[in-house]
Amino acid sequence: MHLSETASSGFFFLAPWLVFAPLAGLLINAIFGRRFSERTVGTIASLASGAAFVVSVLLAYSVSLNHGEVMRWRLAEWIHIGALNLDWTFRIDSLSTTMMLVVSGVGTLIHIYAIGYMHEDVRFKHEEGRFNRFFIYLNLFIAAMMILVSGDSYMMLFVGWEGVGLCSFLLIGFWYEFDTLGRSSWANSNAAKKAFIVNRVGDFGFLIAGFLMFWYLGDSHSFQFDAVFEAARTAPKEIIIAITLFMLIGVAGKSAQIPLYIWLPDAMAGPTPVSALIHAATMVTAGVYLITRSAPLYSSVPEAQYIVAMVGAITALFAATIAVGQYDIKKVLAYSTISQLGFMVAAVGMGAYVAGMFHLMTHAFFKALLFLAAGSVILGLERGHHAHAHHAAHDEKPKAKKTKKEEHGHGGEDHGEVFDPGDMRNMGGLRKTMPVTFWLYIIGTLALAGIFPFAGFWSKDEILLDASLHYPVVYWLLTIAAFFTAFYMGRQIWMVFFGEARSDAAKHAEESPKVMTVPLMVLAVLSVAGGALNLPFEGFHNLGHWLGHTLGEVEGLPLNLQVAGISTALALIAILISWFIYGRNSLKAGQVDPLKKPLGFVFTGMENKWFVDEGYFALIINPFKKASAFLADVIDWRFWHDFVHETIILGAYNWISNIALNEYTDQKGIDAFANWLGSATQWISGIMRKIQNGFVRSYALSVLMGVVLILGYLIFK
Amino acid sequence: MIPVNYYVALSAVLFSIGALGVLIRRNPLIIFMSIELMLNAANLAFVAFGRSFEIQSGQPFFGGQIFVFFVIAVAAAEVAVGLALIVEIFKTKKNINIDELNSLKG
Repeated sequence: MHLSETASSGFFFLAPWLVFAPLAGLLINAIFGRRFSERTVGTIASLASGAAFVVSVLLAYSVSLNHGEVMRWRLAEWIHIGALNLDWTFRIDSLSTTMMLVVSGVGTLIHIYAIGYMHEDVRFKHEEGRFNRFFIYLNLFIAAMMILVSGDSYMMLFVGWEGVGLCSFLLIGFWYEFDTLGRSSWANSNAAKKAFIVNRVGDFGFLIAGFLMFWYLGDSHSFQFDAVFEAARTAPKEIIIAITLFMLIGVAGKSAQIPLYIWLPDAMAGPTPVSALIHAATMVTAGVYLITRSAPLYSSVPEAQYIVAMVGAITALFAATIAVGQYDIKKVLAYSTISQLGFMVAAVGMGAYVAGMFHLMTHAFFKALLFLAAGSVILGLERGHHAHAHHAAHDEKPKAKKTKKEEHGHGGEDHGEVFDPGDMRNMGGLRKTMPVTFWLYIIGTLALAGIFPFAGFWSKDEILLDASLHYPVVYWLLTIAAFFTAFYMGRQIWMVFFGEARSDAAKHAEESPKVMTVPLMVLAVLSVAGGALNLPFEGFHNLGHWLGHTLGEVEGLPLNLQVAGISTALALIAILISWFIYGRNSLKAGQVDPLKKPLGFVFTGMENKWFVDEGYFALIINPFKKASAFLADVIDWRFWHDFVHETIILGAYNWISNIALNEYTDQKGIDAFANWLGSATQWISGIMRKIQNGFVRSYALSVLMGVVLILGYLIFK
Repeated sequence: MIPVNYYVALSAVLFSIGALGVLIRRNPLIIFMSIELMLNAANLAFVAFGRSFEIQSGQPFFGGQIFVFFVIAVAAAEVAVGLALIVEIFKTKKNINIDELNSLKG
């Protein structure tokens, strides 16, 4: 046991329940879920996640009781081969408990929200039986994420890392037989595969980093964080740079950074609670957590830190520009997430780990809020669409109860035309029909835009302040990104909630039920007040002190009015500009985006995500396909199959079997001998049978002659 | 005392007559009688040699006579089986000519 003797008080023994509580919920739902009502399934899943939250709270309390002492709880031996010693050990310190609280806290709220959301989603898609499955995946995700954040070694972290990747894949492809509009297609399934494959590229980087650790860091090969850091102190610098940069590839995959961010926008194919939980609040922050966890490695190599910071900053700006040109409400938020993850990665790259973790937490609150509110908007539109369509086409009503098979025939759409409830061009004026969602969305937007005093203001400002002190390039990139952030969020607000309804569905949109809005209110409170965790005033650096137990004491920076002023002013200006463009004269149905004219091809680029996907197709996927086709056709089919197999091997085989074996050995050798044996036997027996003439007296004569012969031989020999 | 050669000669003559009878006669009954003659020729030789050995060794010796008893027993059994066969053959074929019983030829 690695049990530290001094810290025996507290609730550390509960640590395994971080993982096993969600697993228990998963098992109950997997085994009995079909017999339970939706309410029961959702309650069990939420309770399982809530239990993990309670455990997290108790663990955080225990850590604070022990003055931030690191606590290890070894649950099981995993792999012990030679020098390789891997254990499943829970590491409970201020950093991991912070992540646990975010994951299970936000996770539980999203579980509750999903009860309401999935209730309607499965009905719009005529797949009520899949409700249960969703919560099984969601609990599995919580369990995997807990393994990730509570692991005491890089390999346990990797187990969780892969586990959440799997859950991400399963949940993106939750409606695998549809596209995002509910038509029969493989689009969602392809999005899931894309996420999985792109993450695999990143995981490969992580694995190489792990291999390097194995060969160059330490002799114990336990991959334990502390052991690795200890060994890294004496290791050559090049090795550390290589490890950190390969790890950065893993981070870029999981946390959607350039160049591997391309999967995250497609991941919006998953149901909205998934986008909120996995692809905004928790899983994608695993990369930020990994760098923070590896702080001693990164801090020792400023070169790698600089690259990490630049990757983050460029991603932040790049994704923010794309978000400006998107029309899908969730795609805007997806690019916003990439951009905000860029902020976090830039922060941890600069060594501002506390700022990065702070932004991770506040972002988890307000981005989960925004996504869930967006889900509420989408469902509101969907309700409006169905209510209106039913009203308009009364005689079509029996069609609503049709089977899935029929649906595949004509696209799964109930009422003829394809309606996209996620397209902001179909929205407008929703503040009247969905007031609760509207106000929640406003809070999330202000927090994301970094308006005082919302949570995002404090966390983003801390990052900008750190950047302004040491990395001016990063500072300016992030500041411009913050400007764009405020702009695209303003654009979204004006397009979605103000002006006139641009579709019948928007006109008839309905507010969501309480089970969905209450978790949003909790998140809204957190988005407003989350900044209090780490206020930049003397004596209020609570998160800094808390994380300092793990990361080493960090000096809290005081508020810099210049930095805060610039970013806030830019944000306000951006919102103002967005009002001029989208708010003053609201968009009409079918109108082209008013930015398109002045910006021209720049806006086209933003609309089309700067053609990055096309670039990937041109640079990697198409050459890869061509190479595969070449390998399949020329190498495999023509060379291997036609030439080697058909001509050489089959020809040689035919020759050997026909000529050598069949003709010469079998027919002329064995057959001939066997036939000769047969005819010889016939010939001999033809002679011999004449002896058997049936006359007893001739036999007797033969016997006599024989006797005479033998006697004669015996006598005269 | 009659020398053993005389007995052996008589035995050889009897055996030859028997063998000739077996070979040239077609009536199975006669053939059986001839076989009996050959057996008894052998018996005569056994007894003659046994007696001759007893005289030369000066010890009582009954090996020849005992063997003859066995031969007589075997001959009796053989005749019993053979006659039964002949009776059966006669019942089916109404004929016991040995040259016509050649259905086992190859």
